[in-house]
Amino acid sequence: MTGSQILLQLNYWLIIIVMMMGFYVVLTHENMIKKLIGLGVFQTSVYFLYIVPGKVIGGTAPIIASGYQVYSNPLPHVLILTAIVVGVATLALGLALVIRINEAYGTIEEDDLYGRGEWHQ
Amino acid sequence: MASIAPHFSVLCVVIPLFGALLCAIIRNSRAAWLLAVCSALCSFLCAIFLLIHVKNGVVSYAIGGWQPPIGIEYRVDSFNAYVLALISAVGCLSILYAHNAISEVSPQNRSWYFSMMLLCLTGVMGMAATGDAFNLFVFMEIAALSSYVLIALGKQREALVAAYQYLIVGTIGATFYIIGIGFLYVSTGTLNIADLALRITPIKTTIPVLTGIGFLITGLSIKAAIFPLHAWLPNAYRFAPVPASALLSGTATKVALYILLRFIFGVLGAQFLLGTFGFYEVMVTFSLGAILCGSIVAVFQKNLRRMLAYSSVAQVGYITLGVALANENGLTGSLIHIVGHGITKAGLFFVAGSLLARLGSDHIADLAGAGRRMPWTVGSFIVLSLSMVGLPGTVGFLGKWYIAFAAVEHGSWWLAIIVIITSLFALIYMGRFIEMAYFSSRNEEKMKFLANPMSWNMGLSVAIVTGLCVWLGIDTEVLIDKARAAALLLMGANL
Amino acid sequence: MKQNPIIRIIVKLLVPFIVLFALYVQLHGDLGPGGGFQAGVIMAGVVVIYSLIFGSTAAEKLISFSIIRSLIPIGVLIYVGVGLFSLIKGNNYLDYSALHAEAAVGQHMGIFVVELAVFVTVFATMTAIFYAFVERQRQNEEDPE
Repeated sequence: MTGSQILLQLNYWLIIIVMMMGFYVVLTHENMIKKLIGLGVFQTSVYFLYIVPGKVIGGTAPIIASGYQVYSNPLPHVLILTAIVVGVATLALGLALVIRINEAYGTIEEDDLYGRGEWHQ
Repeated sequence: MASIAPHFSVLCVVIPLFGALLCAIIRNSRAAWLLAVCSALCSFLCAIFLLIHVKNGVVSYAIGGWQPPIGIEYRVDSFNAYVLALISAVGCLSILYAHNAISEVSPQNRSWYFSMMLLCLTGVMGMAATGDAFNLFVFMEIAALSSYVLIALGKQREALVAAYQYLIVGTIGATFYIIGIGFLYVSTGTLNIADLALRITPIKTTIPVLTGIGFLITGLSIKAAIFPLHAWLPNAYRFAPVPASALLSGTATKVALYILLRFIFGVLGAQFLLGTFGFYEVMVTFSLGAILCGSIVAVFQKNLRRMLAYSSVAQVGYITLGVALANENGLTGSLIHIVGHGITKAGLFFVAGSLLARLGSDHIADLAGAGRRMPWTVGSFIVLSLSMVGLPGTVGFLGKWYIAFAAVEHGSWWLAIIVIITSLFALIYMGRFIEMAYFSSRNEEKMKFLANPMSWNMGLSVAIVTGLCVWLGIDTEVLIDKARAAALLLMGANL
Repeated sequence: MKQNPIIRIIVKLLVPFIVLFALYVQLHGDLGPGGGFQAGVIMAGVVVIYSLIFGSTAAEKLISFSIIRSLIPIGVLIYVGVGLFSLIKGNNYLDYSALHAEAAVGQHMGIFVVELAVFVTVFATMTAIFYAFVERQRQNEEDPE
């Protein structure tokens, strides 16, 4: 592909930018809730990764109608519904853990946490 | 019999799920425990039936009546059935052990804890049985979410942080897996693993496929705790309640290794890896890193469970060493060691939990003289640690023997020597505890004897695991047979 | 907020309509956006708004925590039950065509029952999460005293 064609794949650029932003937040931030938010952004970019190629060029909505031969792919939407639910469950569990950690330690910053517990026992 | 046989592949996944849901409704923890043990046992029997039946050919089962490759397929072949038997056995034994071993969980919540253990078992059984890549992700997340809950209920507050760290790292791993599958789906148009193996052959070296494979292998390595990505494991195994540590060490990491092998050998093919990637060099480096770092750090641990966790990291290094060699003996050795390590490590965690329950501590220094107070328990610890070292006559020896043999066959003598020498490290760290337990009398007065004696179910689990270790080590054909059949399947065609 | 008459009356008027809307979303899942997940969350929203206005004890009298705790696995049990029913009838697991003599009607019935199961579990889970927060808040308020 030529350089200008690569630059025009705006959808895929967006996917990569959002993915790396989310991943960066997970890796660098110390606050536990911010990590969970970064994880959510990271997972959202993956939803894009499935749905964007699902649209077939020249395809119509995937409902059988006379006169149309090319349909868009309905499967990625189903897969992403499942992935969204999994993401919500992970977020809920993560937040519940953060609440308990806050009650147990009094802080949700990871570098403060490592000073307060008995880690090398 | 032929008509009912395919249904067992879905029953071994649905029975623990059904049991988990019934356990969540029952309030009485003893009734919930009995139900949990029964459903895990039924799942184990289904897996054994599949193991026997799979000699007649691959069992393919279309969920919902929709035929593959469009529908979701449960596909059990000799590799699959082998792993299913291991994880259902470890699951059954862990749930059997768990009855009085979860004092961390309040009595009214115990039935939910058994429900979570059964859900974790459902997840790993589903991961092993399914033949559809996205269905695998769903089961992976079921197993992962229930294991985060299982870990978070440990006694110390550090268990919460360990569970949170595992959540972040594990979700990143699962998301990498799903990114990899996304690239493969876009390139080939199918999610069925067997169909993927066929369709990927002409496009194996194109950039999207290579990127997808890279993400996939990284994600699965995170889940399997392969060397540089193992950081979540020591904290998770140290702070979780003992039945959860045993269950996770025997199932979750092993199934991730199974999927890694399925994609690397089953979908890509052994010839592709040995040619294109630099696979051998990278895997050998990481395996040696795992073995050396895991063993050396384990020597310096003061806590028994943390030592066992670092030992797990080292043993996974042996398994990936066999995979790196990519010949038939290497794969056979890895598969034997998957079973050997799964059973032995679960047994070691059972013993550590029994010592914790009866003597009140799992610090090695506090357990001095334990050998005289609980002779049978520490005796089984000795047998299990001999298996971890690799003494002939125990199951741990078989795997390491085949891996060393495969290294010699490959031409890398130095790897075989390293395998033998590093097994002695296991002797050091296991031996430290045994020496403290038998030959040290400093802490006799300080050792607290808790009121309740070790319950019969804990003793039974320890006895069964020790017996299995010795039996599989002596009657070697049982294990080698099946592992070799699975290895031949992997080395063979693209399926 | 119980004291404020406007909010109290409006919420009492709105709650039946929200329940109706949840049922609408549930039943029209195959014709438009909707289905079990969305309907379950809307229905849980009913319990949340009722609890916010009238207090958590009134909400507990409406639907108690133990019923919600039992509803969570019951939804999934219905789903697994449909699958096992197909298995008993001789077809594969979760083969909805086994539910009725005609395959198409069987598929329709199967999806309907399964979406109902999802509705029950999602509603119960969301409500249970909310109740857990309320319980925690209550415990935290009792502790310093």
